[in-house]
Amino acid sequence: MNDRELALKAVALRKRMLQLIFNAGAGHTGGGLSCLDILNVLYNRVLHISPETIADPHRDHYVQSKGHCVEALYTVLADRGYFPDADLDTVGHYQSKYVGHPTRKIPGIEMNTGALGHGLPICLGMALAAKMDGASHRVFTLLGDGELAEGSNWEAAMAAAHYKLDNLVAILDHNTLQITGHTRDVMSNEPIDEKFRAFGWAVRVVNGHNYAELTRALSDPSEPGKPLFVIANTVKGKGVSFMENVGKWHHGVPTEQELGQALAGLDVFEAELEETVV
Amino acid sequence: MSGPSPSMFTPAAQDMAGKLGLKKGRANLEEFADTLQALAEADRNIVIVTSDSRGSGKLAPFGKALPAQIVEVGIAEQNLVGITAGLAACGKKSFGVSPSCFLTARSLEQIKNDICYSNVPATLIGISSGVSYGALGSTHHSLHDLAVLRAINNITIVVPADNFETREAIRAAARATRPFFVRFGKAAMYHLHPQDAKFEVGKAITLREGHDVAFIATGETVIHALLAAGHLAHQGVSARVVSLHTVKPLDTEAILRAGRECRALITVEEHMVNGGLGEACASTLLQAGVSVPFHIAGIPDEDTITGAQADIFRHYGISMEGLGEQAMRLLKKP
Repeated sequence: MNDRELALKAVALRKRMLQLIFNAGAGHTGGGLSCLDILNVLYNRVLHISPETIADPHRDHYVQSKGHCVEALYTVLADRGYFPDADLDTVGHYQSKYVGHPTRKIPGIEMNTGALGHGLPICLGMALAAKMDGASHRVFTLLGDGELAEGSNWEAAMAAAHYKLDNLVAILDHNTLQITGHTRDVMSNEPIDEKFRAFGWAVRVVNGHNYAELTRALSDPSEPGKPLFVIANTVKGKGVSFMENVGKWHHGVPTEQELGQALAGLDVFEAELEETVV
Repeated sequence: MSGPSPSMFTPAAQDMAGKLGLKKGRANLEEFADTLQALAEADRNIVIVTSDSRGSGKLAPFGKALPAQIVEVGIAEQNLVGITAGLAACGKKSFGVSPSCFLTARSLEQIKNDICYSNVPATLIGISSGVSYGALGSTHHSLHDLAVLRAINNITIVVPADNFETREAIRAAARATRPFFVRFGKAAMYHLHPQDAKFEVGKAITLREGHDVAFIATGETVIHALLAAGHLAHQGVSARVVSLHTVKPLDTEAILRAGRECRALITVEEHMVNGGLGEACASTLLQAGVSVPFHIAGIPDEDTITGAQADIFRHYGISMEGLGEQAMRLLKKP
């Protein structure tokens, strides 16, 4: 899939995710939009997994530590054929197995997450298991930048370097906003790159909405003996003009009118993309 | 720590153990370490995770013999549980081993989400549980662990009473396909079971039949209930002793039988009286409409007294003498 096809898919995924959140009456809209391009690249270019190989012990593993952005993950997984698209209309509904955070009951989801600061330690265990088995697959996790305040991340950051887990990739959805406001005001965490380097990680910084940059950063192996930390600079609410960088869309649910407005904006963008010369 | 550690048993209690033909074994902790090492030698998929706790867990020999099967995480219990969960999710038979006080308090959320909710076949071993660390104080006591884990869905909780129960619990944990928790102390235990004893998770073991009073005890308090039963026999009181090694799922049948067949019931646990074995039994009895004079022997909801494990047990009546007196009080109630 080339960058243009990936970009077109991203528009379709954004539209589907917004529809899902509207139907569910709840969801993490802003963060879902900020991490969607990362998931798009992971599932369509980087991860060696598919619905057919999901039981293969040596598949790549992905654990979404920022579990609250499950709507983006559900949308990508449905698109990849892990479950029917119609299931997305049941998210959060009475007796649906599609909960508002990831669970292993859903095909393609590796672990139950949602409380923050859990994905990295879990992935560390997964990466260790791969090393013990002499397997070459990799283990990926996606963290939020507000999530970095959880101390368990730093326990794992220390241990991942200690065990030289170069098969472990942590991606930061660095959208700089959290529920209360700007991360720098809530609990400043910069310089993130220097911190992880000091912990013994290889660090790459990319535009989290640029497919070529994301692909290169996530596909290229880490430095030997070092876990890889990819800081993906993103925009919260990306793709919907009135949601971009606006804190209230952290878990804001669009009204019918706002949904229409958002979809119309994405339609325009889609039409422009289709007109671009390949 | 300095000075001699007081004995867990008075001379009279030791005398009673002799009369009952009980022989001293070793610490459940040592039995655990040897059992797990033997299992891990046969199954290279078994991996243990320690948080600077291999010494406290008697696992240094394991580490030397099977260095590829031990993961050291340093003093980081949240990470320990997350890693244990990740290993289990990827096909390893993982055992996270750490003092129960830290394991079940600091990393409770990891236990709840990463292990129980995610339903991975990981085992957690709470070493030096209860008041094993005695005089080190409440930071090092785990008098909450059974209560908090009972309130979490999808975990089996086993509290072995002696070396046999410990060995069997660890073997069961290694076979388990779901979350499992075992906790024990580090003091030497008497052997309580005959050679041909059978152990089944979720099935209490009646060590002694009786009809006046029933002691339903768990873990390293069972010996005291057994000695009390011997002591009471000399006063013409017939006491039943049930080792309820599995705190979850509960053997409700054994509890109800004791409540229906005996005139009084005493539960005994090395745990706070809130939320542990006693309240689990009370709830079982009450909901089945069984009313019986009832007492929960455990550590009360107060600043725990300072002292060695033996001092604490004795202070709160978890002893042959204390439990005997409690039984007499309960039986004399109008």
